[in-house]
Amino acid sequence: MRIRGRRIVGGYAEGVALVTSEPISFYGGVDPETGLVVERGHQLEGESVRGRALIFPRGKGSTVGSYIIYRMRKLGTAPAAIINQETEAIIATGCVLAGIPLIDRLEADPLRALKTGDYIRVYGDEGLIEVTVK
Amino acid sequence: MGPAVARAMELLVALGEVFEAERLIPIEGAHISGVSYKNLGDAGLELLEDLAELGARARVRATLNPAGMDLDLWREMGIPQDFAERQLRVVRAFDRMGVEATCTCTPYLVGHVPRRGSQVAWAESSAVAFSNSVLGARTNRESGPSALASSIAGRAPLYGYRLEENRRPMAVVEVEAELRSRLDYSALGYHIGRTLGSSVPYIRGLPRAGFDELKSLAAACATSGGIALFHVEGITPEADGFGEGDLRGLERISVEEGDLEEAASRLSGDLEDPVFCLGCPHCSLEEIREAAMLLRGRRLRRRLWVFTSRGVYGEAERRGYIDAILEAGGRVFRDTCMVVAPLREMGWREMATDSCKAAHYASSMGLGTRLISLREMVEEASH
Repeated sequence: MRIRGRRIVGGYAEGVALVTSEPISFYGGVDPETGLVVERGHQLEGESVRGRALIFPRGKGSTVGSYIIYRMRKLGTAPAAIINQETEAIIATGCVLAGIPLIDRLEADPLRALKTGDYIRVYGDEGLIEVTVK
Repeated sequence: MGPAVARAMELLVALGEVFEAERLIPIEGAHISGVSYKNLGDAGLELLEDLAELGARARVRATLNPAGMDLDLWREMGIPQDFAERQLRVVRAFDRMGVEATCTCTPYLVGHVPRRGSQVAWAESSAVAFSNSVLGARTNRESGPSALASSIAGRAPLYGYRLEENRRPMAVVEVEAELRSRLDYSALGYHIGRTLGSSVPYIRGLPRAGFDELKSLAAACATSGGIALFHVEGITPEADGFGEGDLRGLERISVEEGDLEEAASRLSGDLEDPVFCLGCPHCSLEEIREAAMLLRGRRLRRRLWVFTSRGVYGEAERRGYIDAILEAGGRVFRDTCMVVAPLREMGWREMATDSCKAAHYASSMGLGTRLISLREMVEEASH
């Protein structure tokens, strides 16, 4: 299955989908040393975002989150790619700084069309994803 | 194009995409936030050092927001050594990139004053609101990285408050309350932001608002509501351009004294031994003069700390205001403030201030807070 969206940050990446319907704050919500989601009560609490195609509605919280995404990339704990419903400046800035492909506004709602465990190839430059259903 | 400019352009294009900007436009200056090591952490420090190493250089005038400490007097502030070393590395990285280490949230008080109508890229929410509203320059609420990228590329995406049509009033605020102190202006701003969110208010009933009052108002409404632009009838430069026709049909609120008390009471609890703080936003020369006059001949029994920029400090020192504050037992620090210093690591538990912005953030850091005007502060701190 191929789904088109809006290219925000280009590049190619692939990984296993990790989907949440809750916004993510990288500052305070994700531990950059381990890649684990640490926000109390978050749907993904305890899950690792490392190397995943991370799918969530949008970013939230402090703009320091952009720097955290950059740090995670350097430490090797960052997601491989990010897909948002509708992205915002914190996530977009972090993805540019870190060189992580970012796509939003897919033709199909990614929170419904994609499931945790699906395999996702992200063609950032084309604003296109290819999904292999688990 | 060098690698650093390419990175900066990539960020600006991506943000332009997010905000549906039609194109990038040239800018005349930048003011960059994200300086305190308390907020940046190692992640931010690494990024800044990497960018400096990559050859990033500001190509337009760029100034810097406050750091987490006075760059010279940090030991006297009780800043841990490890924090200080990393904070100095942050400032050095900016310095290598050609950003002026002004370390103030009031660049417009130290000579960085954009012309009316000029396009700039400012971060620091209080400075954004002041620059748009009082100076009539044009900026969006930039983040640290986007303002830095704009300074490196000399460009910014064209959207939001850069466009004439988005600078029109969206709500009318009738101020019925009598405003007596800068704290009242701060409470007014806090109330407007809480009530209207990220609107563009047209404010009536402030015939005597001066620079310092507008500075307090801007900081507070940007904190509680994300307001980036307001107009004050008869005072701010763009207000004249709007007549009754432009205001017809807009949401209207009126502000009574009770609203100001209510806004202040949200941030006020009973405190035992607070540090009394002035200087959010950084004190102007006039504000320091006032504090010095009130403190002259007094002996403070409690801690009273004043925060300002180096530019203002130098002039205040020359005029003897700094000595007057120090002789009364107060302290004056530069380059930092009570919002971005690591207060908890410094052992602070409570703060009393005349700034809703400072109280708002101190309270979110877990400190007990209370709002109090400068006059009351001096009175209480000397008993």
